[in-house]
Amino acid sequence: MSPAITMGGFVALYIFLLAGFTGWVVIGGVPAILHTPLMSGSNFVHGIVVVGGLFALINATTTTERIFGTVAVVLGAGNAAGGYAVTSRMLAMFQESKHKQPAHAGAAHGTAHMTAPHSQRVKKTGGAK
Amino acid sequence: MIAMIPQLVINATGIVAAFLFMYGLKRMSSPVTAPSGIFVAGVGMLAAVLASFLYALAANAETRPYVALNTGLAAVALLIGGGIAFWSGRKAKMTSMPQMVALYNGMGGGAAGSIAAVELLGHRAHGFSSLIVTLLGALIGAVSLSGSLIAWAKLESILKKPARIPGQQFLNAAVLLATLALGGYIVFVSKGGETPLVDAPRWIGLFFGGALILGILMTLPIGGADMPVVISVYNAATGLAVGLEGFVLGNPALMIAGMVVGAAGTLLTVLMAKAMNRSVAAVLFAKFGPGGGKKTKGAPPGSLKPVDASDAGIFMRYAKSVIIVPGYGLAVAQAEGKLYDFVKLLQAAGVSVKFAIHPVAGRMPGQMDVLLAEAGVPYDLIFQLDDINDEFKDTDVALVIGANDVVNPAARTDKTSPIFGMPILNADKAKKVYVIKRGQGKGYAGIVNGLFYEPNCNMVYGDAQAELVKMIEAVRGLGAHAAA
Repeated sequence: MSPAITMGGFVALYIFLLAGFTGWVVIGGVPAILHTPLMSGSNFVHGIVVVGGLFALINATTTTERIFGTVAVVLGAGNAAGGYAVTSRMLAMFQESKHKQPAHAGAAHGTAHMTAPHSQRVKKTGGAK
Repeated sequence: MIAMIPQLVINATGIVAAFLFMYGLKRMSSPVTAPSGIFVAGVGMLAAVLASFLYALAANAETRPYVALNTGLAAVALLIGGGIAFWSGRKAKMTSMPQMVALYNGMGGGAAGSIAAVELLGHRAHGFSSLIVTLLGALIGAVSLSGSLIAWAKLESILKKPARIPGQQFLNAAVLLATLALGGYIVFVSKGGETPLVDAPRWIGLFFGGALILGILMTLPIGGADMPVVISVYNAATGLAVGLEGFVLGNPALMIAGMVVGAAGTLLTVLMAKAMNRSVAAVLFAKFGPGGGKKTKGAPPGSLKPVDASDAGIFMRYAKSVIIVPGYGLAVAQAEGKLYDFVKLLQAAGVSVKFAIHPVAGRMPGQMDVLLAEAGVPYDLIFQLDDINDEFKDTDVALVIGANDVVNPAARTDKTSPIFGMPILNADKAKKVYVIKRGQGKGYAGIVNGLFYEPNCNMVYGDAQAELVKMIEAVRGLGAHAAA
């Protein structure tokens, strides 16, 4: 008996149900400032499709399967790698500032990195929707 | 027993990856932990991809002769696809992030569709439910592929105008029904997946063709102002397609990750549509923009009053309070750095400056926040619509930069306007309004903006960056005089 996972339709439905609920809840309280990075981040996550592509390609027996398998891997890898690059660039701008106080109005310091919002601000934006 | 080990490792890695994705997304939903969130998810992805090469060891007798070739091909494909996309993602300008997301999302949809093609053409989808789920994933993935590419082309300004065909709704419905009928026929001739699809490649090809055309037809008529919602819809769709193909492949990691994204993407879509006070259905069925919006009457009462950037800059220097409303024009002109320079000058002169961000300013929700963050504007100057809208009436100057529809009072007053009911920023309530705009053109929604004709509004025509430089110079010039 193979350890490859086999599952009936109902087990699959349970998985879909719980995963869907998880996705809904995880995104639920997100502040508006993170909408773009988060869309990009979830775009990265479905890049996992590359794993399915690898499975299809490695098990290919005909040329047709091989061609579409290769296309799947190229596109899936593009989804994952591109998604990662773009998301990490966007999110990097929220970094570097955890130990910094928000800049005071009028303080004209040239470097002016992004300042991390204090918790109150996060709550405010979250409730703004 | 030994033969089972690769599969066990793959399964275990899948579970870890699924956990890391959910944990990573959770971290990404708070600004403080967000940067580490993508790293966590990235670790999961890397582990899952590397473990996938163990499929080569778990191959059955039938595929064994091809495994070396296939694995080599897989490594090359991985490096090419991943390398090019990673490089382009690193290199892309911050302003073109939305279209990059659209592009990568389309690739994900295409990958899901290609996996379905392998399953279908290789007679791997056995059983009724498996075949139907494969076809469904193929349909959604292919629609997401072509639709995302159209969205990308629109944002990249390769496609300029929303294209509208008479009877669009019926055409879309007809193509959808025809594609579904083809799918049904494929299920029928294969006796629910029991027999190999003998002459099916032709039908499978037509099925994919129909799905791709559907994606194009669905996206073409949608105006640029709705693109954020559309990208979000396709993001969710790709997630769903990935989840469905995961079911066919018996891979829970794909099922979980795909479904999490499907649900999260759906919620994001709803939030965005809500911010525009439109239903997702209205966006998708394109009841918006020129054509749908009946090119409203002529010019509103009043006149456009152009003014020099330097005058506007000096006026703001002597104001007590200024609220800045940035829009896509700021991103296009890449003027966010100059804008912050100007803001720092105003602050040094004792002016209170705030930024007001509309939920759908730019081409993607949150895009303005990201841009301003890049320029170094501190968080505590940036306010969302609900938090600042009441302050406009007590503010001396509202400076609107490259934004249009999000400050159009027609949304409050004109019941015939396609944007009626959308919450807008009350820039018109400020004592004085300056609008920096490239030309007299209409906003992305193609609607005349009555604000520009109001007595308290002056227009500064020109490239946002150049005009801001003029404002900076004018204010600096004042400082020199005062010092002399």
